[in-house]
Amino acid sequence: MHSIILATAIRLLLPLMLLFSLFLLLRGHNEPGGGFVGGLVVAAAFALYTLAHGAHEGRRMLRIDPLRLVAIGLLIALCSGLLPLLAGLPFLTGLWSSLPAPVIGHAGTPLLFDLGVYLLVAGMALLIIFTLMEES
Amino acid sequence: MEAVLAVVIGGLYAAGMYLMVRRSIVKMIFGLALLGNAANLLIFTVGRLVRGRPPHIPADGVLPSIPTADPVPQALILTAIVIGFGVQAFALVLIKRVYQTVGSDDQDEMVTENQGQGSGVKGQESQRQEQEQGQGSGVKGQGGEA
Amino acid sequence: MKNLLFFPLIIPLAAAVLGLLAWNQRKLQRWIGIGATALLTLVSGILLVQVQQHGIITAQAGNWPAPFGITLVADLFSSLMLVGTGIMGLCVTVYSLADTDQHQESVGYHPLLQVLLLGVCGSFLTGDLFNLYVWFEVMLIASFVLLALGGQREQMEGAIKYVALNLIASALLLAGIGLLYGVTGTLNMAHLALRMQELDHTGTIPVIAALLFCAFSIKAAVFPFYFWLPASYHTPPIAVVTIFSALLSKVGIYVLIRVFTLIFPQEALAGQPLILLAAGLTMLFGALGAVAQPELRRLLAFCVISQIGYLLMGLGVFTSLALAGSIFFMLHIMAAKSALFLVTGVVARKAGTSWLPELGGLYQRFPLLAVLFLLPALSVAGIPPLSGFWGKLALVQAGLQAEQYLIVAAALGVSVLTLYYLVHAWIQLFWKPRPADAAELRSLTPQRRRQLLGPALGLTLVSVLLGLLPEPLFRLCSAAAEQLLQPQSYIEAVLGVIR
Repeated sequence: MHSIILATAIRLLLPLMLLFSLFLLLRGHNEPGGGFVGGLVVAAAFALYTLAHGAHEGRRMLRIDPLRLVAIGLLIALCSGLLPLLAGLPFLTGLWSSLPAPVIGHAGTPLLFDLGVYLLVAGMALLIIFTLMEES
Repeated sequence: MEAVLAVVIGGLYAAGMYLMVRRSIVKMIFGLALLGNAANLLIFTVGRLVRGRPPHIPADGVLPSIPTADPVPQALILTAIVIGFGVQAFALVLIKRVYQTVGSDDQDEMVTENQGQGSGVKGQESQRQEQEQGQGSGVKGQGGEA
Repeated sequence: MKNLLFFPLIIPLAAAVLGLLAWNQRKLQRWIGIGATALLTLVSGILLVQVQQHGIITAQAGNWPAPFGITLVADLFSSLMLVGTGIMGLCVTVYSLADTDQHQESVGYHPLLQVLLLGVCGSFLTGDLFNLYVWFEVMLIASFVLLALGGQREQMEGAIKYVALNLIASALLLAGIGLLYGVTGTLNMAHLALRMQELDHTGTIPVIAALLFCAFSIKAAVFPFYFWLPASYHTPPIAVVTIFSALLSKVGIYVLIRVFTLIFPQEALAGQPLILLAAGLTMLFGALGAVAQPELRRLLAFCVISQIGYLLMGLGVFTSLALAGSIFFMLHIMAAKSALFLVTGVVARKAGTSWLPELGGLYQRFPLLAVLFLLPALSVAGIPPLSGFWGKLALVQAGLQAEQYLIVAAALGVSVLTLYYLVHAWIQLFWKPRPADAAELRSLTPQRRRQLLGPALGLTLVSVLLGLLPEPLFRLCSAAAEQLLQPQSYIEAVLGVIR
């Protein structure tokens, strides 16, 4: 099933969707958006690419093993929870920096957690998609 | 509106239960998905139905100025949907694997109980031993389970 | 000190993450697994001592105050169960060093085991009903994959039944939680308990209690809902079955006891005849199923069900002594039943089969194995100097005090049946002459022998020690039962002093 329309469109769509997913991620900590949808958009982008070019090409395009993505995402989320423990606060307490950062507003551990979720969701969804597509 | 939703929830439960007792595993998975959705809708209805009134609190107040829907059930549903997504993805991979090993989606075809003396378990044990001896054989394609 | 409460969750999670990062390095994954479970045991032990000295400890995840955030609560019951979880995790991880093969480890056996332990620890610690549902799902997804590892035909059949019935339980649980939220407007268990004391217990509340009872009963494999257990427990690797039987069904019973002592004590008393009926029939049908089984692993699976009945009996009788007996019995059964499963695995590995008619005469070759099977078997049956006796004694005594003579009769009768089928299995395994056409016995390397028999030996020793010196643990269990029956201390620990 090779569609030339999809193959051409995805070349433009892939970077656009990745950018959009980053936008969703950064917007997420106090407006609609967040790591989960962001990660799903990443997965959708690569899933479209995989539909156009096959699972092998999809894996090549992703460059990193989706399983590793899951592991890194979990690690980042875990670290964001561990940081407040160092400060003597309960696990997962939000720590906010007082300096307003450009673009994202106040940065803090919830953003780090969201980043972990973003990678985790993208990795998990792609893992499932690649596995199912490779088998069929 | 509650009455309509109550009927819909009941219908979903009934359809889910009906599908679950069919012999086809595919229908069983559909049934499970319907049951999950019915439960989600139930929680949604329990959180009261109010239209177009987001639970915003004015800057100088401590309570919303008008009665609003409770956001907590919606957060619960979101969590439940995500979990359901994961479980159903796993179930799909599982039935695919079942279809590959059994060659049918009929649950009756899968029964291995009455295969005479122990051939099933014995076979499994020896197969495992063999696998161990032939270390490093191909294990690709199992990643989806993780 | 409060932050100690998070470590039983952080340790398995961190171990799972590290295991995922070390995906193709078998050795590293194994060391991570052993290190994490040892650490988990240590932390749980410290937590138990802390709780014993300072009373119930609570912590608020994310520093959101209860009842709005997710609360973690450690009382004596949950910290006792955590210690059991740590020890079981350690034993099974050591055992799986020799038991799992390359294939199972390459699809993530060790990280999955850690995720399973994470779900179990979470269920024991959480003080929030919806959070409990989440931990249940964490546990379930890990167990689904562990159950289907390997992908043999029999495993598929078991996995499908397990998945279907457990997902129904999850849907029931979700519906129950949703309705409960609708009635009370809260999900924090302590706050729920408080609200329940104010509400009129008619209309939907008994229905919700029944829904939750059914959901947890499916997870715990209580009488009308146990069919998934014998269908699935004989197929996966023995290390997986051991951890399932030691922890998963016990989580179901733990939650039943927790929810029905804390949130629904009125319903527990009103439904007493039904709970006792379910307990009695669970014991009886489990034992009858085991008597009829010619295959050792299925026999033990039915035995697991039968013992669940005793655990439920404690909740049914609903006195302090009965609950203490249940808790003691739960810890005893974790050790003794797991030792049985592990030894069965060794037998199956040596003889190449676990069908009793094809086995026999193993006593001559492996006298140590014979003792390691006999001691936990007698302990499970409840023979005096072993740990099972004290648990049963407390349950029976409590039943007599509460004048529930029928359930006491069932408990005693089923004990006799248990003794019969376990000794019968032992005779067939070790004593009966070896059948002429039996396959050649395999021998094990010394290192593998140590890894396989070490955990079984350790658990058997625990069971014997608990039998000879039941006093310290039983006193702890009694204190835990007292805490359960006086929920006021739990509520105050979570919500602060009530105005």
